[in-house]
Amino acid sequence: MNATVRVEIPTPLRGFVDGQATLDAEGTTVGGVLDALAHRYPALRGHLFAPTGTLRGFVSVFLNQEDIRYREREATPVRSGDVISIVPAIAGGASGPAPSGFSREEMQRYSRHLLLPEVGLHGQQKLREARVLLVGAGGLGSPTATYLAAAGVGRIGLVEFDTVDLSNLQRQILYTTGDVGRPKLDVAAERLRALNPEISVVPHPGPLTRENALGLLKEYDVVVDGTDNFPTRYLVNDAAILTGIPNVYGSIYRFEGQVTVFGARAGPCYRCLYPEPPPPHLVPSCAEAGVLGVLPGIVGLLQAIETLKLLLGVGEPLVGRLVLFDALALRFRELRIRARPDCSLCGPQATQKGLIDYPEFCGVPPPGTAPAPDGITIRPAELAERLRSTDPPLLLDVREPEEWAIARIEGARLIPLDQLARRVDELTAAREIVVYCKMGGRSARAVAQLTELGFRGVRHLEGGIDRWGREVDPTMPRY
Amino acid sequence: MTEPSWRLGRSAFEAIEAHGRASYPEECCGFLLAPASAAEGDRRYLRHAVPTPNRAPAERTRRYVIDPLDLLRAERSAAPSDRLVGIYHSHPDHPAVPSEFDRERAWPWYSYLVLSVPREGPPVLGAFEWDPSTRQFHPRRLRIDDGRPSDDPEDRGDGPVNR
Repeated sequence: MNATVRVEIPTPLRGFVDGQATLDAEGTTVGGVLDALAHRYPALRGHLFAPTGTLRGFVSVFLNQEDIRYREREATPVRSGDVISIVPAIAGGASGPAPSGFSREEMQRYSRHLLLPEVGLHGQQKLREARVLLVGAGGLGSPTATYLAAAGVGRIGLVEFDTVDLSNLQRQILYTTGDVGRPKLDVAAERLRALNPEISVVPHPGPLTRENALGLLKEYDVVVDGTDNFPTRYLVNDAAILTGIPNVYGSIYRFEGQVTVFGARAGPCYRCLYPEPPPPHLVPSCAEAGVLGVLPGIVGLLQAIETLKLLLGVGEPLVGRLVLFDALALRFRELRIRARPDCSLCGPQATQKGLIDYPEFCGVPPPGTAPAPDGITIRPAELAERLRSTDPPLLLDVREPEEWAIARIEGARLIPLDQLARRVDELTAAREIVVYCKMGGRSARAVAQLTELGFRGVRHLEGGIDRWGREVDPTMPRY
Repeated sequence: MTEPSWRLGRSAFEAIEAHGRASYPEECCGFLLAPASAAEGDRRYLRHAVPTPNRAPAERTRRYVIDPLDLLRAERSAAPSDRLVGIYHSHPDHPAVPSEFDRERAWPWYSYLVLSVPREGPPVLGAFEWDPSTRQFHPRRLRIDDGRPSDDPEDRGDGPVNR
């Protein structure tokens, strides 16, 4: 039953309650009484309660002269006739290390965060204690890592195996022209430490694998997926679910991006959305399809925002919602996504209890390794030799005209992959055919299509024109 | 444009200074009381300064903490003749301006006085009011009040009062 309690209002807050020094309010607990009061005087609420609904740290509340922190805090029961005193906590002092252990420099560095009630010293402290693992330090990882480091996330782990390539610089803003050829991990760690020497940057060289994933993720509070391939995406998802940490997911394709948070409590996982990977090569990578350089900036920073929200426990996390961003239309859309009750990984009857063979699951070679040669491929050196012979094969380029304009192999004929089926009569079935594209993905599909249509002896160039440029014709522009 | 100016009782001014010097190199703190009868427009007549212990558990050379119970008691004992309307504290060897740390913990409505106490030389007193909408301290002019009406222009400095 509600008790009627007298509440003493301190002078700084009297302006919010029509100047009154004491008020009567009803409730069963201290928290209930104050909530009723804040309901009556809405301007008071922000001074008493944090956005999370708990009493602010800078307010002390006494029940009959006893600090409720030594009782049951907000849940302390009240009886009629009790007196609740709201007392502003007064503290301050000259600059210097604060009781929280933040140095004067850190106070200044994070001052714009400290001014936000949603962050403040308490939140900044949470960020400092937080550990975030970024898988991939490329287009998505660059902006995410940069802002998380600037925000003061205490430990940032980076998983990356690649070296900086000139074609990365259009979007991977951690790297500059002088870094081309250097391991990304070295450069990234250097840049992030220079940006914020207060944090620790932990490089994890090499790809994320079935062998190392669980051990790595166990050391972190949140994992950020900045990968560009399906095997690693499933691996990050599965390892996040199995270690129980949220997975901040982002992906980009040409002008479009997707962001969501997987693996949070009551939320779906990547397998709920996509139980099976798409057939290999159906979805081309950025290297094949192209991507607007700014796009990973937008998507990576949305991932950074979600990461900070999860760490701070503020706002509405992007759980159960998939945000789709379309740069050409400049439009955000949102799809509701649900945890599937029959999900093999995170459902109640989950059958998958460990990590699996991801390249095999996705039907592609593991990242960072060369594809295994099979009967239908031809190596660049061999193709060069065949082209010099008296009966050279018909060379078919299945890329787009934009790519053709950048570079092409002498003597090739251009039929973009999506036109191949209806222009197939332009090819002579009798001749030997070698197909190429940029990296080898589209040409593999072309081989499959042509073989199905009855062509024999169709092969495709291993590693595409990209590898041709490296091994046969170094003067060729690469893209 | 004239900034609102606050009156500070001569005895209060001297008490704050003496407290600041005696506590050096640690910070001191205390309450500022206005006459309860004063009209709202004159609530900034800081007539009395009441010292209170600095309860900071450590680093008292750069920190002060007021025990909420001390504040509660001071508020009650001030009544009915006076009202607790502000806080003063000292900055040993630091300027008479609120620090980032002060900003982080500021309350609206209160009058804040900050006394810079150098190792040598005269202390300097600054007056500030917290604006919650801009999250800034605004400097206020202080007029030392000898308990009699005074319009002596020499009493009206801009910002900190230097003696």
